Amino acid sequence: MNFRTLKELAEKAEQSGLSIGRYMVQEQSQESGKAPEEEFAQMASYFEVMKEAVRRGLTEDTTSPSGLTGQDAKRVMAYRDKRASLLGEDASLAMAYALAVSEVNASMGRIIATPTAGSCGIIPGVLISCQERFGWSDEQMVEGLFAAGAIGYVIANNSFVSGAEGGCQAEVGSAIGMAAGALADLRGASPAQAVHAVGLALKNSLGLVCDPVGGLVEVPCIVRNGFGAVTALAAADMALAGVRSVIPSDEVVQVMLEVGTAMPESLRETAKGGLAQTPTGRKIMKELLEK
Amino acid sequence: MRFKDVFSIIGPAMVGPSSSHTAGAARIGRLARQLFGAMPARADVIFYGSFAATYIGHGTYSAIVGGLLDMETDDIRLPDSLRIAAEAGILVEVQTGKGLFPHPNTAELRLYREHEEEPSFTIVGTSIGGGNIEIVSVDGFKVKLTGQYPTLVIWHTDSPGMIAEVTRLLQEEGINIGYMSVDRKNRSGQAMMAIETDQAISAELLEKLNGYPGIQAIRLVK
Repeated sequence: MNFRTLKELAEKAEQSGLSIGRYMVQEQSQESGKAPEEEFAQMASYFEVMKEAVRRGLTEDTTSPSGLTGQDAKRVMAYRDKRASLLGEDASLAMAYALAVSEVNASMGRIIATPTAGSCGIIPGVLISCQERFGWSDEQMVEGLFAAGAIGYVIANNSFVSGAEGGCQAEVGSAIGMAAGALADLRGASPAQAVHAVGLALKNSLGLVCDPVGGLVEVPCIVRNGFGAVTALAAADMALAGVRSVIPSDEVVQVMLEVGTAMPESLRETAKGGLAQTPTGRKIMKELLEK
Repeated sequence: MRFKDVFSIIGPAMVGPSSSHTAGAARIGRLARQLFGAMPARADVIFYGSFAATYIGHGTYSAIVGGLLDMETDDIRLPDSLRIAAEAGILVEVQTGKGLFPHPNTAELRLYREHEEEPSFTIVGTSIGGGNIEIVSVDGFKVKLTGQYPTLVIWHTDSPGMIAEVTRLLQEEGINIGYMSVDRKNRSGQAMMAIETDQAISAELLEKLNGYPGIQAIRLVK
């Protein structure tokens, strides 16, 4: 790849007169030595898996093997259909879709890691709900995924994208930043504006710990995907309105690295602290082990 | 760069619940099997760090065994792999390890062939996030393999000209090396070359390499 930072990514895309997503298709093709069409087709097949995961999460039984989670996406959809949502129709749809994909993951269904399985609901939730709202084509959505991938590539190589290394901020936090940037890119923001969306989003999840109850990707992971989708919409909106990340996004990525490195091991996907070690968290873990 | 391209971020397609603890574990198991060159008769699995703490909830154990059975990250049989392995007569044992380990998500695999009392192959892999892996040790030799490229691992004698000969044969076929490491146990003793290439390696090239004096074994991962 010909960029290492978000600043470089925005500059290169700007210079080539392309959106971040379209620029990334070219970069990927150059890196792999394969035709851009081939890379595009691969991503398009991933988009199909995402749509299928949304569908399954809203229609099939998503009770996880532990029995701890499932059917929450359906609950949110039913509530939304009553036109009672405080968030409004659009944001609550993104939230429901994100929960749906995360519940499919927890019930050992097929998903795409974006960037991880623990955070797999946010990007499909935001992109697929916006596709329906704005009437975007599948091609545009695939470009959106390339944009998200370009942003994630920078975050992953300068910081981390695993809970065991950097806590939940590295997974859910990265996914929110990627979704916010991709959404701004799809809505026609300049690459620089889209990169502001990334920084704005990341700042909101700094310090988020990875404390899965029973070591399962269920509590609190699934609801954090729902929240993450809503936050991504908010960050993209702020950037599109002209709000800037005063601390440049690349510096925010460095802060994520710093904070994650300082996080104790008990809060990095070991189930040895946080929600996992509350009285109820411990009780659930004990019951699971006895099963 | 630890993460190579767009699909190391968006992807893989996988069966849940965890990209590092399920998909990454499956990839470590599968790469181990490919480097071992066969289905093992027995496998000892040792988990470290976060792997050791949460392998039950994340399905890490069934994922790594699924990998040993040559399953991919989106294979719907992954959750069922322990039963499949047992039916195939493969003995699998899991332990948790302590002490120094290279990454919070580390797994060591010791593989045995039929009738072997001691493991004839060991591999240490780390799962670095989003389903991406790094193999950091093969048979005690230091390596850094991702499994994303055609990979050549060569067990050879530490002697002058070995590297030149291997790279010359690759060059003759127009094969570019993206990553390469060499490590040895001791001077003039056992050594290992690990090479990731941009192009596929042909059977003819493999045969040429196999016949070269000083090379004891070669494994190719396509």
